[in-house]
Amino acid sequence: MLVQQTRAEFLKLWRVPAFSATSILLPLVFYSFIGIGQASQVMQGGHVRFGAYFLASMAVYSVANVMIFSFGISVATERGMKMDLLMRAMPLPPLVYLLSRCITAIVFAAMTLVVLFPFAYVAGDVRLDASEWFTLAYRVLLGSIPFIALGFAIGYLSGPNSAVAVINLIYLPTAFASGLFFPKQLLPQIIQNIAPYLPLYRFGQLGWNAIGYPTSESISTDWLYLAGYGVVFFAIAVWAYRREESRKFS
Amino acid sequence: MPPAAELIDATKKYGETEALRGVTIRIELGEVVAMLGPNGAGKTTSISLLLGLRKPTSGKALLFGLEPTNLLVRSRVGVMLQESGVPAMLKVREIVDLFRSYYPKPLPRDRAIAMAGLEEKANALVKELSGGQRQRLYFALAVCGDPDVLFLDEPTVGMDVEGRRSFIERIAEFARMERTVVLTTHYLEEADQLAKRVIVIDRGVVIADAPPAEIKSKVAGRRVRFVAPALSEKDLDGLPVTAVSITDHMVQLLTNKPEAVLRDLFQRGVAITDLEVAGADLEDAFIAMTSH
Repeated sequence: MLVQQTRAEFLKLWRVPAFSATSILLPLVFYSFIGIGQASQVMQGGHVRFGAYFLASMAVYSVANVMIFSFGISVATERGMKMDLLMRAMPLPPLVYLLSRCITAIVFAAMTLVVLFPFAYVAGDVRLDASEWFTLAYRVLLGSIPFIALGFAIGYLSGPNSAVAVINLIYLPTAFASGLFFPKQLLPQIIQNIAPYLPLYRFGQLGWNAIGYPTSESISTDWLYLAGYGVVFFAIAVWAYRREESRKFS
Repeated sequence: MPPAAELIDATKKYGETEALRGVTIRIELGEVVAMLGPNGAGKTTSISLLLGLRKPTSGKALLFGLEPTNLLVRSRVGVMLQESGVPAMLKVREIVDLFRSYYPKPLPRDRAIAMAGLEEKANALVKELSGGQRQRLYFALAVCGDPDVLFLDEPTVGMDVEGRRSFIERIAEFARMERTVVLTTHYLEEADQLAKRVIVIDRGVVIADAPPAEIKSKVAGRRVRFVAPALSEKDLDGLPVTAVSITDHMVQLLTNKPEAVLRDLFQRGVAITDLEVAGADLEDAFIAMTSH
């Protein structure tokens, strides 16, 4: 059952180019336009070049994006199509359903990294230790968990059409404000003050720290913030799910 | 041996509205039952309770004597809902395989697809299917698990005459496999063709529970409509009609013997145009029954 469900969930997303192509190609497009030009620029604080900084940014951006979109949109569209009603009547254990989606999201996230890393290596001349590549990869996958909860929350709170709009309108500006495109120091002061409280900023810190960029606080603080956000998003998702339960299935 | 499906004094309120009022129904294994009633009668609510999609406000809904939310119980049940959806970007054979994987002993994939008449569309994406093909897909998904009990909620709604006819034959084919079938409909003809037992529901209450022939004798099955400028209700006295309404020159009547009625009118030389004879929607029949 798990194998079949995972396969189906994967195909559902893979066959929607708006999701699959965008998730994999958009970070490459950003990297081409922004990362390559400045790739060899050495950044404040020492030996990290912008090529590596931006690689970490894009890894964070694309994985969080995959998590939010794959959970948010699939939940919202299924509610819109009344598919949730039919699935509800099936002998499919909810845990299998959830797990199949998580596995699919992780596979997509891994796919974006598998494409992004070599691209940065070749086009951006990014050279890192094996341990740095590895740390970046596992931190990016682990740190994306709160964004799974956020995706669920958005999926249960929005309709199928508004989900895409909401995510697009919020995600990119937030990514900018979090210093994913330009380091925090280059952003307007007001944004600089807000940035440390944004989950994408904290997520970004994990990535930048992995490639050797000096960060102002210890990464335990970052993990703590992310865990906190994870709890908050999870609580919202559970609340939205329960509300849906009592409306549709009580 | 517990009954396949049972409602015990089940009541369901949506806010202030009582959709079901203390309904008790017992369906044994192997029965083919139609729940008949006009829109809003409580048919879909009954099915929702029996499938565990909703909980009764009071009373009980049981499948095989157990809670319908039990996964083992659900693995013996196939479902075709009135409001349903499937992922647009999967192929027909992929989604049939997916749903088959939910059940312990499913039918072979090609058999399930054949039972729905979708062999030609097996490799098509769901989004490429027409409305009628989609309905047949839902049917394939309902039977693919080889269930002991099949629930069909208004399965032919929105279909044209030909589509309905062939769909009814598919349901009949499944019923002949000695399964329990519970279907809801507001067409008396459909209930008559498929079921051995008809449970009539109106406004949340069971008002009849009998074999189709008995129900038919109480409710007129055909609706005849025509335009006849010179006709009044008195002219129809003595004819086997159960309800007459004449608005302007448009005559609508309910009868079990449309041929006899029309023969009489023609013999009398009554001028008729725009003649239409159709299966009586239960709406018509119930309005007629309650207004008398």
